[in-house]
Amino acid sequence: MSLMVSAIGQGLLWAVLGVGLFLTFRILDFADMTVEGTFPLGAATCVAAISNGMSPLVATLLAFIVGSLAGLITGLLYTKGHIPILLAGILVMTACYSVNLRIMGRANVSLLGKATLFKNHFLEGLPQYFDSVFLGTLVMVVVTGIVIYFLQTQLGQGFIATGDNQTMARSLGINTDNMKIMGLMVSNGLIAFGGALVAQNNGYADVNMGIGIIVIALASIIIGEVAFGDLTLNQRLVAVTLGSILYRFVLLIVLKLGFNANDLNLLSAIVLALCMMLPVFKQAFNFKHILKRGLDTND
Amino acid sequence: MTKPLLQLKDVVLKVNRHTPEEIKILDHLNLTINAGDFITVLGSNGAGKSTLFNAIGGDLTIDSGQILLNGRDIAHDSVEKRTRFLSRVFQDPKLGTAPRMTVAENLLLAERRGQRRGLLPRRLNKQLAHFKKITATMHNGLDQRLTTATGNLSGGQRQALSFLMATLKRPELLLLDEHTAALDPQTSQDLMHLTNERVQDQNLTCLMITHHLEDALTYGNRLIVLHHGQVTFDVAGAEKAALTTEKLYSFFAEIE
Repeated sequence: MSLMVSAIGQGLLWAVLGVGLFLTFRILDFADMTVEGTFPLGAATCVAAISNGMSPLVATLLAFIVGSLAGLITGLLYTKGHIPILLAGILVMTACYSVNLRIMGRANVSLLGKATLFKNHFLEGLPQYFDSVFLGTLVMVVVTGIVIYFLQTQLGQGFIATGDNQTMARSLGINTDNMKIMGLMVSNGLIAFGGALVAQNNGYADVNMGIGIIVIALASIIIGEVAFGDLTLNQRLVAVTLGSILYRFVLLIVLKLGFNANDLNLLSAIVLALCMMLPVFKQAFNFKHILKRGLDTND
Repeated sequence: MTKPLLQLKDVVLKVNRHTPEEIKILDHLNLTINAGDFITVLGSNGAGKSTLFNAIGGDLTIDSGQILLNGRDIAHDSVEKRTRFLSRVFQDPKLGTAPRMTVAENLLLAERRGQRRGLLPRRLNKQLAHFKKITATMHNGLDQRLTTATGNLSGGQRQALSFLMATLKRPELLLLDEHTAALDPQTSQDLMHLTNERVQDQNLTCLMITHHLEDALTYGNRLIVLHHGQVTFDVAGAEKAALTTEKLYSFFAEIE
């Protein structure tokens, strides 16, 4: 039972990554590798700020701002520097590694004995693991709510149009470069925010904690879509959180099967690959079905 | 009626700049577009028709010359800024609409063409009745599909929607780049009729590229021919009305 609660709590805490990546991967329609650098960047910023006496809440918000600055750099390299988005993301991700080491001073910094968002009277009074469930739910309701509102504004519609048809967006006076930069900033801000939450939950930040982050974030998006099928845009954003929780259950199951935590990245990649190939499998299945029917009627 | 809306003065636009393959696509082109003109644009492939549109729209920067809108040089304004006065319909139906957004959402986007987009709610529902009414004027079932993603429309419906979007917020200048060329003959004719109707009703100033000589003769009050990046033929009014396809063919044979 407590394992289930833990999985739900982890799923909720990590779900903000899925929503962040949704903005670039699903709406702007490209894969942004920056997130592998901004996740530990957010964690490092938050941990360093708390270690220097900043309040956990301010430190977490600072992580958002620093993450969005990394997104700004990727956006400028991409739109103004005409560097392909994949490479622009990899450049900033690589640079972030050094920046993170600078921020923390060493590869791993513990929050042992320091204040975090989880160390307050109310959350510590809850049963084990319910602190992440509570905080995660709160964060996801607020973040998903804000993103849903934003996407229904005039600006948000221009943002969606940019990812959907750039030529058309430009011909309607939408500054597509600005839209992409904005999307990358908010997306990476949210990812760094997630990094700050996870670091406080784990009690440390590690310079290597970004490896495989894009896979985890994608998994929440894709599993949500695969599990719930045809949805409206707003429903899909909610499905990301549910997908993130489902993903944690999948991990729980494979760990129960005897794999250990070192196998997680391999398993995550396999789970994501299978989910993304599902349409191909479906088509192959239908194809056989049609062939068979064709034979029957033509006999 | 004869106030110049847009003037192109001595416009030069080169491609492959500073290389041995440098070509002048627009070669000291001069053109004055008066308010209320409906100009059909003819010319062979490579004559510079699409480049002319891209120069006016801002997708391509001109090398020298002036583009004056109501007397103000806009040659260095961004594409986004120019959409305040300009709207376009492209040849490819896919280019004019956002495929994953619904018909109504597309119309809503077009309604704010060239205007600031802020953090205010989009207010789609308030406009639905209005959108239903204007899409009904297209007579192609578009009004029944307001909540359909445009990617699921037929090419004809998409292009009619693109055209509607381009004229929803009245443009000072409308650029139609062979906007009926990708459609079947009947749908193409329907859209041409609609185009003509709307341009007349709203008294729009419009440039229309076409390869259809009949269309070029039937529609509009003025006809120009582009050749090697220059306007080589420019007739209006009664002179245009007196033109025939034979005369045009013999003219084309002359300049080739």
